[in-house]
Amino acid sequence: MIPYIRHAAGFCLLLLLALLANAARVQVFEADELDSNSANRRTTIDRYDQPRGNILVGDEPVTGSKDTGQQLAYERTYRHGPLYAPVTGYASQTYGTSLLENAEDRVLSGTDPLLAPLPLWGDVTRSRQPGGNVVTTIEGPVQRAAYEGLDGRRGAVAALDPATGRILALVSTPSYDPEVISGTGTAVTDAWTRLNRAQSRPMLNRAIRQTYPPGSAFKIVTAAAALDAQVVTDPDAATDTPSPYVLPGTSTVLPDEARGCEEASLAEAIRVSCNTVMAHLGVEVGLDGMLEAVGRFGFNDNDLKIPSRVARSNFDSDMSDDQLAQSSIGQFDTAATPLQMAMVASAVANDGDLRRPHLVDRVTTDDGDTVRQQGSDSYHQAMNPTTAQQLRRMMVDVVEDGTGTNAAIDGVTVGGKTGTAQHGVDNSGTPYAWFIAWAQAPDSGRPAVAVAVVVEDAAADRADVSGGGNAAPIARAVMEAALDR
Amino acid sequence: MTATTADARPPELRLPKRRGVELSLLIGAVLISVYGYAAVGLARNDAVPPDVAGYGAGLGLLALLAHLAVRFRAPFADPLLLPIAVLLNGLGLVLIYRLDLETPSDRAATTQLIWSTLGVAFFIAVVVLLRDHRVLQRYAYLSVATALVLLIVPIFFPAVNGAKIWIRIGGLSFQPGEFAKILLAVFFAAYLAANRNALAYTGRRVWKLQFPTGRVLGPIVAIWLLSVGVLVLERDLGTSLLFFGLFVILLYVATGRIGWIAVGLLLAAAGAFVVGSFEPHVHSRVEDWLDPYATIDAGQGPSQLAQSLFAFAAGGMFGTGLGLGHSILIGFAAKSDFILATAGEELGLAGLTAIFLLYALLVARGFRAGLALRDPFGRLLSIGLASILALQVFVIAGGVMGLIPLTGMAMPFLAQGGSSVVTNWIIVALLIRVSDVSRTPDPGPDPDPATAAAAGDGPAGEAE
Repeated sequence: MIPYIRHAAGFCLLLLLALLANAARVQVFEADELDSNSANRRTTIDRYDQPRGNILVGDEPVTGSKDTGQQLAYERTYRHGPLYAPVTGYASQTYGTSLLENAEDRVLSGTDPLLAPLPLWGDVTRSRQPGGNVVTTIEGPVQRAAYEGLDGRRGAVAALDPATGRILALVSTPSYDPEVISGTGTAVTDAWTRLNRAQSRPMLNRAIRQTYPPGSAFKIVTAAAALDAQVVTDPDAATDTPSPYVLPGTSTVLPDEARGCEEASLAEAIRVSCNTVMAHLGVEVGLDGMLEAVGRFGFNDNDLKIPSRVARSNFDSDMSDDQLAQSSIGQFDTAATPLQMAMVASAVANDGDLRRPHLVDRVTTDDGDTVRQQGSDSYHQAMNPTTAQQLRRMMVDVVEDGTGTNAAIDGVTVGGKTGTAQHGVDNSGTPYAWFIAWAQAPDSGRPAVAVAVVVEDAAADRADVSGGGNAAPIARAVMEAALDR
Repeated sequence: MTATTADARPPELRLPKRRGVELSLLIGAVLISVYGYAAVGLARNDAVPPDVAGYGAGLGLLALLAHLAVRFRAPFADPLLLPIAVLLNGLGLVLIYRLDLETPSDRAATTQLIWSTLGVAFFIAVVVLLRDHRVLQRYAYLSVATALVLLIVPIFFPAVNGAKIWIRIGGLSFQPGEFAKILLAVFFAAYLAANRNALAYTGRRVWKLQFPTGRVLGPIVAIWLLSVGVLVLERDLGTSLLFFGLFVILLYVATGRIGWIAVGLLLAAAGAFVVGSFEPHVHSRVEDWLDPYATIDAGQGPSQLAQSLFAFAAGGMFGTGLGLGHSILIGFAAKSDFILATAGEELGLAGLTAIFLLYALLVARGFRAGLALRDPFGRLLSIGLASILALQVFVIAGGVMGLIPLTGMAMPFLAQGGSSVVTNWIIVALLIRVSDVSRTPDPGPDPDPATAAAAGDGPAGEAE
């Protein structure tokens, strides 16, 4: 019997060896494939098992984390959620991330190698660092002034520091509280559905993701193109533009709403916002010249990131002269984000040197040690410095004695430009009210802030909608807040 | 396990009792378990669990009582058996406690500790009351009758998760099939011990196979068919496979006929194919085994088997550490059938290897006790019991790791389950008893007859 017992024992040993070999197969050789299976929840669980790093405005976190005791432990919380939603975006266990929460996710979730004390060490240990913090360039009071100025109307504000490109305010209204979609469950999915179905589209970031026809505010760009191309050499000299102006190659007549535009000078055309003069100048600059000029301001750039992607502002590259004429006054297919128009004001304010707009000042570890600092970076020389000087004077005239008097601030040099953009089929929609501006304190050598405001204001009586009436007061409040900092 | 150990018993084989070794190993086993328990608490709450002292004292007391029973009633018993059982049981309690943290409404570790206490009580009772395992031979037919009743009764109770293997009375539930496997091992051992010569040497020879007469083979096949038939009706293929393997191994050991293995494998293959093809519950298990990720591709989320494989993979070489894995994702059977996945995830391949080696050692010690015995019944019984352990570990571990189709069974000592823990303690008690007999120095003045008897079973006597 003994040899048979040995055989049986050998058989049992073989079974256990098969188990060991199989364990090695699963745990060593197939482990990577199994770990990365999309149905494996471990990655998700690990992601939420520590508090997420915070997004800061100044020294104050505008985000937080709470331990829910659920399988996905930590949920995102927001302080002043609707105010900062266009900056932070959302971080949802159900719907992923957006905006800064998305762009800086590796830092916030602690997986960014920058946060590891030793390079590559994290790769070896597979351990994660505590989430790092993202310090924004946003100024709380400026953001608040913009948000309160819009007062729930549909619209957006973007404010920049012209000298650095720091984004001081980024507001879109109506807004939403990202906290309602942080977690999981039916309350979250219901909130998501409600937010996405709402007519007012509260989750749309109008400041960087929505483009509007810029209307007359675009005339600053056309003026810069005309001066740089030396189509106009003396802004105060009369032009040979009739009013009304017949669009080239058509019988369509372009009227002026302002008086005194017949053969008006460039400066006068900016001050009272003459359509005819600017349309004519655009045609004289020509399509190639205009395209070159708008490109230097950031139009037709698909890759602008702040670090979230900014929607492309458009100026058509293939147009007839009559279309070019309309485009030169911010109509036809011309479309710009509020951030793009703030960049236009910023370029004028900063002697034509357009700084790259950015929203993140620095990234720190959870202890507050800075691991990445965003410097100021030139984006384009948008125009000659002399052109910028001339445009500054013209924009000051707009505020002192033109369409933008509502933006004037006592004792402060303010330059601005109004816009009232037609849109919709046969221009049937309620026009968008625009105002772009910059402001310089008297004791300062350079402007402190550039701003763009757009108010969709669907509820307003069409005749009352104007950049000067609706948008300029908001811009003034934003500039006042920025000057106080 | 050298040839000299069993074939000829030289006088120097008067083995020392080794009870001190057993006690030291037991202390180690308890300390490892307590350490695991504390590690779970430290990993989860940065604090040693408040009841760690009570838990350690409880497990330590059980180990001590079992040790005292062995020391006074089975002084020559193998010193490794009890510490391995205590370590596996302690480790199981740690793993269940760890999973309890994820399921606040279900505190299974406490229940398991109560069942473990009952198991140790049975262990002590067997060691104390059963002075000689050969007594069991007398109850062979009573055993088989009881086993069949136990196997049939659950048919009249509702199915739980697809298998009718449970008896529920009041709040208590237990799996009678667990106890039946000991009783069947006793029966097979007794019957084969009595009839092995008839099985091996009588009957007709067809081609190369020697078939025993129907009179001899009939009862055993009938009982085996009945038990397997009942199990197919209850849809518990794991236990069915276990009984089948036990039957074939014992038949081979008793008769030495390689043909039995061939017939056994053929029958197993045919049975597996038929049942796997036609029985829906089993069929779905086979499909899961063939493609564990089919439900993922179908958008229904991962199957239990896929979740189990994810858990093993997450453990990798050294594991996530106790308390830091997510094997609770496996769902309702995480503490029972799938307990090994938690071990795999949190202790890694290293820990899993240690656990498999503990089982291998337990099985090897069972075989060794059988080898050293002189009576055929004792031999077959200890080999049957050791084989039960080995087969059960293979069937369930192979199932949860995707080596073979999944069948619901309990990992001996590790898994949550009262009947299972109690049964395994009885198995270890019987192995202790048998090993005590096998290691007890021969009392008679002349050891030669016994040696001769043992040598008589050797290869020379039975060679074809």
